[in-house]
Amino acid sequence: MSFFKPNFRHPESPKNTLGLTTRAYEGGISTLCAGCGHDSISAAIMQAVWGLNIEPHRIAKMSGIGCSSKSPNYFLNKAHGFNSVHGRMPSVTTGANVANRELLYIGVSGDGDTASIGMGQFAHVIRRNLNMMYLVENNGCYGLTKGQDSATADAGSKNKKGRINPFESIDLVALALDLGATFVARSFSGDKEQLIPLMQAAMTHKGFALIDIVSPCVTFNNHAGSTKSYDYTRDHVQAGSVVDFVPVAQEITLDQIQGSTQNVELHNGDSVRLSKLSKDYDPTDRGHAIRTLLEHKAQDKLMTGLIYIEPESDNFHDTLNIPKTPLNSLKEDVLCPGKSALTSINEGLR
Amino acid sequence: MSPSSTPTTLHAVTNDFVVKFANVNGSGSASANSMFAKAIFRMGIPVSPRNIFPSNIQGAPTWYEVRISDDGYLGRRGGQVELMVSVNPQSMAQDVEDVCPGGYFFYDNTYPLDFKLIRDDIHYIGLPLTQITNSNFDNPRLQQLFKNIIYVGSLAYLIGIEFSALEGIVSDTFAKKPKLIAPNVSALQLGFDEAKKAFSEPLPLQLKRSNKNDRKVLLEGNAACGLGAVFGGATVCAWYPITPSTSVAEGFEKYAKQLRVNADTGENNFAVIQAEDELSAIGMVIGANWNGARSFTATSGPGVSLMQEFLGLAYFAEVPAVLIDVQRTGPSTGMPTRTQQSDILISAYASHGDSKQILLFPATPKECFELTADAFDIADRLQTPVIMLTDLDLGMNEHICDELEWDDSRSYDRGKVLNAQDLEKIERFGRYLDVDGDGIPYRTVAGTHAEKGAFFTRGTSRDEYAVYTEKGEAYQRNMERLEVKWATAPKYLPKAIETRRDEANSLGVIHFGTSLEATHETLDVLSKEGRPANDLRILAFPFGDDVKAFIDKHAQVVIVEQNRDAQLKSLIVNELQIDPNRLHSVLHYNGDPISARQIRIGLEPILNISAGQHAQTAYEAS
Repeated sequence: MSFFKPNFRHPESPKNTLGLTTRAYEGGISTLCAGCGHDSISAAIMQAVWGLNIEPHRIAKMSGIGCSSKSPNYFLNKAHGFNSVHGRMPSVTTGANVANRELLYIGVSGDGDTASIGMGQFAHVIRRNLNMMYLVENNGCYGLTKGQDSATADAGSKNKKGRINPFESIDLVALALDLGATFVARSFSGDKEQLIPLMQAAMTHKGFALIDIVSPCVTFNNHAGSTKSYDYTRDHVQAGSVVDFVPVAQEITLDQIQGSTQNVELHNGDSVRLSKLSKDYDPTDRGHAIRTLLEHKAQDKLMTGLIYIEPESDNFHDTLNIPKTPLNSLKEDVLCPGKSALTSINEGLR
Repeated sequence: MSPSSTPTTLHAVTNDFVVKFANVNGSGSASANSMFAKAIFRMGIPVSPRNIFPSNIQGAPTWYEVRISDDGYLGRRGGQVELMVSVNPQSMAQDVEDVCPGGYFFYDNTYPLDFKLIRDDIHYIGLPLTQITNSNFDNPRLQQLFKNIIYVGSLAYLIGIEFSALEGIVSDTFAKKPKLIAPNVSALQLGFDEAKKAFSEPLPLQLKRSNKNDRKVLLEGNAACGLGAVFGGATVCAWYPITPSTSVAEGFEKYAKQLRVNADTGENNFAVIQAEDELSAIGMVIGANWNGARSFTATSGPGVSLMQEFLGLAYFAEVPAVLIDVQRTGPSTGMPTRTQQSDILISAYASHGDSKQILLFPATPKECFELTADAFDIADRLQTPVIMLTDLDLGMNEHICDELEWDDSRSYDRGKVLNAQDLEKIERFGRYLDVDGDGIPYRTVAGTHAEKGAFFTRGTSRDEYAVYTEKGEAYQRNMERLEVKWATAPKYLPKAIETRRDEANSLGVIHFGTSLEATHETLDVLSKEGRPANDLRILAFPFGDDVKAFIDKHAQVVIVEQNRDAQLKSLIVNELQIDPNRLHSVLHYNGDPISARQIRIGLEPILNISAGQHAQTAYEAS
């Protein structure tokens, strides 16, 4: 961590369509370890939101407990945040989101927060297809309590004390696919080029969007023998697709794309452009996505990129049939039926 | 089969007896029994029906006990009953024992009665219900349902229920399925005629039209809570099914569908979310309230245990929340379908660390309605959870109460919430700053202002500006401000109620929640015995000054509670610094609703000792 945040910014920093530089999207100074993958993810979030031209205060930053969950304090200072309790970010976000559907919800969680204590809530927020971006900053260990294995630590991975993890890991991407998630991606904190467009697509997606991000713990899980270290991840990562997020206003040009490409249009006309390593890969086919994921795993490869997307689906707001006007802004005249309604209710109770 | 000798005959009584129905769970008896009680209500006679039901879906014994009291005593009377309606062979032995000497045992004599069940001091009145039903209806399901209606028709003859009152209820019940009205009325008539044929004259237990129920309504506490939440402006109900609270969420949904659907768009101006567990339910409630919507959950004891961590977060981070705890018999799974008032301490001190929660104690459906609506104002005003403690007796039984009222001039108190204009005027927003000296800070909701008012809500320590800190002084300042807020709280809470107040009385009885009716009946009994007492009914925690004042002015103070450990007494001793020897307890905790008889028995040792001595009584109730 550093103790000082410089005020100096380049006078010609680019501005987004709101006239804001990335500075308007910054947060407090990070208290995470120097080199922590989570800080790279925070930086990517700032870039992604800036690039989407969203005012910072239209975002709500939600988290549970752990290193990952502290990080919302380190980006988007002008947005409200809620650092709740361990493993319970999904429920708090569900309540907040139902109360005000107009904000954009970024949930930041970790592998302990999601795959262990928060497993139940993770599963059910997916089932509800809550309109949010759910980021897992996945480092395979519990950092704040000094490096115990988490449930995403791979079987056979060695922890810092040299112990080999005997338990099968939980693959959050496979689980999310099985539970019906409508946007599932995996990325790596060290790959900003992939991460930023993925986040932009995830935030534009209407419905639940998971990005499981391998984010190495430099202090407790970055040694030889760990399968969540920078080196191991770089050696085993295989992008199933290279992703680009294309706003509706921007013309799609194919000049930079090599190999097979696929364009998936989102609900608002924006699209996700995929440059695929295998031309057979279809990220809108859930079964195909699951099979491909398993094949990669069998070959000891970490499949990243946009793994599955269902561009049109009913999210939780649709299921609840709530109005476009956020529930938290409905006034007393709409909410309270008043005395006359009560008179007829009384009649029915005699 | 007939009894060997002739039992005594009861003196003729009008509008003052107890009828108990012994049924098989899941046999459709509930609606017939409810019709019976409602008809008596419509005859203007005070009536209090109570379900005594098992944790079972189908097959186990279930009872419905109906007290009829022209004096208006709505608490459970307790003891044996004058009339037992026996429709369940498996509980017959116990049901025979529950009839008072000279009382009546009404049973289905299609099959002979076991001679072991014969008592010579009660009357057996048999009617071949099964035979009558089977010879009139072919469909087995209808046979079962109409058997229930038939015995209600027979009772109409035997105890004088106005037939027109029953007909009226059938018409109202099946208003949307009018085809069902005629067969149900025929079944009632069949029961009536068969009873008239079999018995030359009705029983000496008679109902006579009265006028005691003008401007009264009959409803369950849980439905009233749901309706109160609609009127109180709740938009998000997050819940997890648990007996006996489930019908709170169902009540909210039912009334919201009637009253809160946009007629033009068909959209719901409310959301009901069935959560995956209680942890999630309270998490959703906290998230929604944090974002400025009024939100609540309903649960029972096991749910409150699971919600502890979140309640601490809401207390410390100062997020409003409303929780309705319909208490049942604990600990653990306990007796899930029986009543108790035993979640007081776990609710008052919910969560780890120094934390305290606001409690409300309604006693009637009308108070369920009013206090639920008030709870949202209180939670918003004080920015903290409000836990309303009702119980199974109140929640799941129909009770007579004054009709519900709403004052249209009232407006929601959303508390100290800053809007964009407010924020413009402020140099620096301090989320946890005590601006007004009442310990209540100002809050903002996400998305209010582009530049100002955002902060990071957290359960970790922070300073007045919501900036994370581990400085001991800043932490302590915040905890002390929370104490200032706690001291402010009683100003916004309902005051305790004194119904009997005579300076000459040295005995003071403190009670809360559903001990109300039985306590008032006991006070009448004491007056008749020449030993009058005063009473104070507590409606909220933290206590106002009135509680200590009441204790101070009485030489003897008794607290009536429906739990083993005298939990309210503990709270009073602890919070008001009262000498525990000053407070006596009458404790009832066998899972049945408390009765005046039991309170009177419990008071006996206290009445026999001089002021200042200590007595505590607990007993197994009959």
